[in-house]
Amino acid sequence: MTDQPQPAIVADGLTKSFPGVRAVDALSFDVRAGEIFGLVGPDGAGKTTTLRMLAGIMPPDAGNATVAGFDVVRNPEGAKHALSYMPQRFGLYEDLTVDENIRFYADLFGVKKAERRQRSSQLLEAAGMAEFRQRLAGKLSGGMKQKLGLVCALIHHPKVILLDEPTTGVDPVSRRDFWRILYELIAEGVAILTSTAYLDEAERCHRVALLHQGKLLFCDTPANLKAGMGKGVLSVTGPEPRSLRSQLEHADGISSLVLTGDGLHVVVDDAPRRIPEFEARLRAARVSFDAIQQVAPTIEDLFVDAVGSGGSTHA
Amino acid sequence: MLGRLKQMLIKEFIQVFRDKRTRFILIIPPIIQMLVFGYAATYEIRHVPAVVLDLDHSQESRELISLFSSSPYFDVQRQLTDSRQLGDLIEQGKTTVGIEIDAGFARNLRKGQTAPLQVIVDATNSNTALIASGYITQIALGFARNYQQDRINRIAPQLVEAIPSVELEPRPWYNPGLSSRWFFVPGVIGSLTLVLVVTLTAFAVVREREIGTLEQIMVTPIRPAEFILGKTLPFFLIGLFDVSLIAVVGTLWFQVPFRGHISVLLTGSILFILCMLGVGLLISTVSSTQQQAMVTAFFFIMPAIAFSGFGFPISTMPQWMQYLTWLVPLRYFLVVLRGTYLKGVGFEILWPQMAAMAGLGFSLLTIAILRFHKALD
Repeated sequence: MTDQPQPAIVADGLTKSFPGVRAVDALSFDVRAGEIFGLVGPDGAGKTTTLRMLAGIMPPDAGNATVAGFDVVRNPEGAKHALSYMPQRFGLYEDLTVDENIRFYADLFGVKKAERRQRSSQLLEAAGMAEFRQRLAGKLSGGMKQKLGLVCALIHHPKVILLDEPTTGVDPVSRRDFWRILYELIAEGVAILTSTAYLDEAERCHRVALLHQGKLLFCDTPANLKAGMGKGVLSVTGPEPRSLRSQLEHADGISSLVLTGDGLHVVVDDAPRRIPEFEARLRAARVSFDAIQQVAPTIEDLFVDAVGSGGSTHA
Repeated sequence: MLGRLKQMLIKEFIQVFRDKRTRFILIIPPIIQMLVFGYAATYEIRHVPAVVLDLDHSQESRELISLFSSSPYFDVQRQLTDSRQLGDLIEQGKTTVGIEIDAGFARNLRKGQTAPLQVIVDATNSNTALIASGYITQIALGFARNYQQDRINRIAPQLVEAIPSVELEPRPWYNPGLSSRWFFVPGVIGSLTLVLVVTLTAFAVVREREIGTLEQIMVTPIRPAEFILGKTLPFFLIGLFDVSLIAVVGTLWFQVPFRGHISVLLTGSILFILCMLGVGLLISTVSSTQQQAMVTAFFFIMPAIAFSGFGFPISTMPQWMQYLTWLVPLRYFLVVLRGTYLKGVGFEILWPQMAAMAGLGFSLLTIAILRFHKALD
């Protein structure tokens, strides 16, 4: 399926159960070098467990996984030089300075002194943190800490990077820095697998996999996923989104609907046909609305529709 | 690889010495505890509160009472007039010993008969009661012997030569003053070292688990042995420093003699600290938070000190419990401590204790390293 001989990450039937719950269920996908691959799913979908298994710190119950050509199930130590894993909260020593943290992780990976200096200057510059080198890590803001984690995680030039919701709780400026560094890395041929709770971030990935209850729902490029949705998305705006919802949630042809700030996003089978129907229905019920128009689907629309929440079944 | 180990050590020492609180914990509390334990841990009793109920009002009874008042072991606080007062005072905890001399005490003595002396002791603290009873017996027997001799002197002086008696000449070796502080101070050195090394080690590893750095370190190429060595070596050195500190304070402040060779004590300390590092690491492998580590450490420390012979002699424990004490490293270290401090003995006597600690330390550390997976389960 790819023209490259060996993808940077291959997950093949990965399965992991915890008491009472199957966290990851026969999950298979692969990530190529130079690609950002997004794992998207609600809390408990199995994203963290998947990343931990690929990082070689949690043995799967079944399935195989290779990272940078190393079998991480049978030989978890093999890939560690080529791999970088950043958990949701990167393990920084808050009582060490920025420089001391970097130095510690660099030495654990056996990075030479000169290389460490050059690499850390370059990364800190890109992260906008060059002037904070002597600051204690505990005194950094949340976004700064996360960027320092990324610097520590990248100090040894990994070929594969596993990120677990790296920008959760990070301010917009730091998020932008973060993504800029990630795009620079892909240019160097690094493979990045990231989980994210921000669906707008999923749109920045080359490919995304939608995970729900440990199972893979879809895996494709954001554009293909949206094109292949086979359904239309209508934006209904009005002063009272809740009354709009209660009028429309039992209308024909709706497969899901979500409240947005100024109205509703409704996924329907046939957009051109449903627009006049909805307009008539709302007028009949005397619910005021501003407009109903077809919009391009977002990953969020797709995701909500696939996971089947929709909120259309209550009451 | 040496580089990784070196960096672990550098990091560990920066962390220990950068934090004001940690620096403080390593030095001040051990000294304070040494002083507090040194003063508080003692079997000796002095100035036990006592009351007297003299219903005889004779010269003999006053003489006996004066023996109690002049003894350093008792403080005769009050002379009572009613035997009910005695019960009340003991019940209220206002006195520990009540001495009751019934009417007819002197009459019986003068007739050459046995005169009863009733002594009531509050035995809530059985140890104090036991020792106080011993002193009371000594005083009463001394009084009786003097009284006998007086009478014989007066009635038949020629018989004095013919009365046989046994003179006790106790020679307490190693602690001629029978100072219980000499017994306790070396023990306190051992138990303080135990508490310090076990808790510091367990907490240091569990903290890495709690703040997430352990997960981070797991994805680096570091080997478990390197991590454990990097984590324990600093606490080994700190433990050694603290042993020396409290040993010096204990020896100088409490004037406990050190009669052995420093190298023997040093060897014993090193082996003992290795055992405690193993225990600390084991606790850290079964705890995921610092609270859990604290509770687990507590459950280890209490019996480890109780079964060591620190306060209660092992020889009086039930046989099966005595076997259990073979697994307690402090038991051996206490023998080494007391052996070097008071007896001044060396390796030729203490080698079995050294061997036991070496064996236990090796086993504990091996189990800890094997249990320390580089995986989250």
